[in-house]
Amino acid sequence: MKPFRLKQPSVLPGFGLTLGYTVLYLSLIVLVPLSALFFRTATLGWEEFWRIVSDPRVVASYRLTFGASLAGALINAVFGFIVAWTLVRTSFPGKKIVDALVDLPFALPTAVSGIALTALYAPNGWLGQYLEPLGIKAAFSPLGVTIALTFIGLPFVVRTLQPALEDLDSSVEEAAASLGAGRVQTFLRIILPAILPALLTGFALAFARALGEYGSVVFISGNMPMQTEITALLIITKLEQFDYPGATAIAVVMLVASFAILFFINLVQWWSSHRYRAGV
Amino acid sequence: MAGPIALRTSSVSTAIPGATAESPWVKWLLIALTLGFLTLFLFVPLAAVFTEALRKGWNAYLASFSDPAALAAIKLTLLTAAIAVPLNLVFGLAAAWAIARFNFVGKNLLLTLIDLPFAVSPVISGLIYVLLFGLQGWLGPFLAEHDLKIIFAVPGIVLATVFVTFPFVARELIPLMQEQGSEEEQAALSLGASGWQTFWRVTLPNVKWALLYGVILCNARAMGEFGAVSVVSGHIRGKTNTIPLHVEILYNEYNFVAAFAVASLLAILALLTLAAKSLVEWQVRRQAAAPLEPTPAEE
Amino acid sequence: MSIEVRNISKTFGAFTALNDVSLNVPNGQLVALLGPSGSGKTTLLRIIAGLEPPDAGSGRILFHDEDVVDRGVGDRQVGFVFQHYALFRHMTVFENIAFGLRVRPRKTRPEKSAIRDRVQELLRLVQLEGLGGRFPSQLSGGQRQRVALARALAVEPKVLLLDEPFGALDAKVRSELRRWLRRLHDEIHVTSVFVTHDQEEALEVADQVVVMNQGRIEQVGPPAEVYDNPANPFVYGFLGNVNLFHGRIDGGQARVGNVDFPLPALQAAGSRELVGYVRPHDIEVSREQTGPDAIAAVIGHIHGAGGLPRLELERLDNHLQVEAELTRDRLRELALQVGDRVYIRPKSMRVFVEGQPLDYQI
Repeated sequence: MKPFRLKQPSVLPGFGLTLGYTVLYLSLIVLVPLSALFFRTATLGWEEFWRIVSDPRVVASYRLTFGASLAGALINAVFGFIVAWTLVRTSFPGKKIVDALVDLPFALPTAVSGIALTALYAPNGWLGQYLEPLGIKAAFSPLGVTIALTFIGLPFVVRTLQPALEDLDSSVEEAAASLGAGRVQTFLRIILPAILPALLTGFALAFARALGEYGSVVFISGNMPMQTEITALLIITKLEQFDYPGATAIAVVMLVASFAILFFINLVQWWSSHRYRAGV
Repeated sequence: MAGPIALRTSSVSTAIPGATAESPWVKWLLIALTLGFLTLFLFVPLAAVFTEALRKGWNAYLASFSDPAALAAIKLTLLTAAIAVPLNLVFGLAAAWAIARFNFVGKNLLLTLIDLPFAVSPVISGLIYVLLFGLQGWLGPFLAEHDLKIIFAVPGIVLATVFVTFPFVARELIPLMQEQGSEEEQAALSLGASGWQTFWRVTLPNVKWALLYGVILCNARAMGEFGAVSVVSGHIRGKTNTIPLHVEILYNEYNFVAAFAVASLLAILALLTLAAKSLVEWQVRRQAAAPLEPTPAEE
Repeated sequence: MSIEVRNISKTFGAFTALNDVSLNVPNGQLVALLGPSGSGKTTLLRIIAGLEPPDAGSGRILFHDEDVVDRGVGDRQVGFVFQHYALFRHMTVFENIAFGLRVRPRKTRPEKSAIRDRVQELLRLVQLEGLGGRFPSQLSGGQRQRVALARALAVEPKVLLLDEPFGALDAKVRSELRRWLRRLHDEIHVTSVFVTHDQEEALEVADQVVVMNQGRIEQVGPPAEVYDNPANPFVYGFLGNVNLFHGRIDGGQARVGNVDFPLPALQAAGSRELVGYVRPHDIEVSREQTGPDAIAAVIGHIHGAGGLPRLELERLDNHLQVEAELTRDRLRELALQVGDRVYIRPKSMRVFVEGQPLDYQI
């Protein structure tokens, strides 16, 4: 038996230095501070923790945050798919600029997105003034939260789907067509299954991003407790009242939800790379 | 968790002819839906920023920047980015070298941990530093004793910014360097180059575009971060307000023109970031395409 | 400078790439490491170069009787040509070749003008004059290969190591380049080792061929020697197409195919299995039964193209396939057609008993 080795030998220098620095910096900036959150929660005790995280106001914030995030991610799954498809499969004047601007929600600071969307959807805003007479209250309502979360999630779906669509082998579609499949059949039976992992991943990324979002939502939501208060804002509110245990406990719930989604994404990736390899 | 930010370097011909093409009306319907959706969700909000900023004319717009508090916010934002970006740049290079050039136990775990800040809500990113350094935090009593202030002060803002921009450079470099492999570095070493010479003359030039791209993204986020900074800043006007926080204050004071004027600065930064991204992608694509150029005949 | 490899082993996890390998490369020779993929030839080359450490405590690498095992790749004065060239893609051809000179410490670094002259001289040597300003992406595969060679030669290496130097080239450029490499070696005479999986390449270019298999060296010798006198069935099979004729020896009398011959040396060995190895060009094909040792066969296919037409035959006695090569003249003379019945006879055969060669040869 050969001795177990932690690292394969290499002729390149600098392994100890770079790995040491990486781990040290990672620990100082990320791991130690994050662990503080969990240690802090551990001092609470289970009952106290449960009392905080199941408080009706907190539960209402979960409902809004998860509901609006889910709605936003679903809207993005549908429209993001259409956008990605159009950008990959068609050409029209100005496509490159449109393509570049898809990243805008990612590049634009969230505070700017927040006030811009509020200016649009407020009852006297550009779009809000036309919605108001229809009885639709966009800003300062769950709908406004959904709009903001749709905005910030869009690039995640489009940018995950684009490479998958580009990688689709067009000869497979041609084969399907040559075997008599119509366009709709080809789409449902050939294309959709092939890009399903990317679609799921993009959806999950958009959902995860929306869960933790703060800046673009606080302006448009109105922040009415029990109605339009998102969980991220609730954490800040608790902090401002110096209710550290409260803020910490709610943060742990959100963090666990984020990690669960991260885990789901990894699962999808693993599944997509293994699903056609059974028996090999 | 940063789906959109990886460099996209493939370019695939768009028109697929023959049996697999959409009928024209489907095609135009798709284009119309795309443009409609993007207009509603992207272009109109962007236009709103500039329109609102200029609502009362150029003079009112420019006047928004002469406010000392605005200037202080701009200064603090620049300072924050000037510290956070180089720190994460050095980290990104070190991490990429260790991960892309060596095989060791725990590599995948390390990769996951580096991505972690992307999975953490900005608010929580700020909160964890409050828990560490705040008055009720672990190190709070110690810091108070020595009259050191991190939370509600500039160091806290820098720390929170470093956290949220932590993975950007590393994420761009690692996949590229993994793909490039280490043969060129081995060649340099075999020709007698030292480790540093190899790094400066071979590794760095080969990743310069991805590095630049990572820095651009890192900088954009560093200057624009709102949630995390909001938690640790304390919102002291003229002292611990960054540009995004200043925007919030102006907006909450119903000073809309000034709020949008300052916001327009950040919007311009975002547009420049997107332009730079497109430029870098074009460069990388050009480089990647180079070996496919028709090569001159032998002799 | 001579190279001596002593008892080198190398494992990657559970995989043994090299198993106690020893090898001598005399000064000034051009040596080929030949073997199938996974035989350890590239690993051996990289260990000689210092790009890969051997297993700790496993053995020595001596350059001109000096142990270099603890020396880094940059201190071994080797020129290494990578399989995919590993040219610096952001540097011009000129800068690529000059790299090894420019990274020297200031004390030993040549003057700018000296570097320029040296690079020009190398460009001339590899026949790439005038292309110094190009980037690697603007060159053909063969040109890149020669840039890689010039870059390795620029540092005046004591040893030149080439990993599958022609592996990535198309057939025509390959054969041109390997003749050119042979001439170049005759000109500069630096001790060179190259790795290849192509037996033709090894036999044509090298002074010595080292045949490797599964982390071990199977045979070392000049090309003609290893081709004509393979040390074992693996070498026989690897160095060219081969037909197997199974047989037995009993009481000193052997029979392989229809060939009978005495083997007095094995008189006492009792009954043993024998395998006769025959190259396709050593199979004689005729329409008449020329003797008792000829075997009847039917022609299954005729590959008429190429310098040596090939016949696929099926033996009538045991229905095994046999491959024969004959000259175009002979093929025309016999006027063979698919389905014809012919007689085949091994003109020359090497016989192995349980993997060991017999001194006997037909």
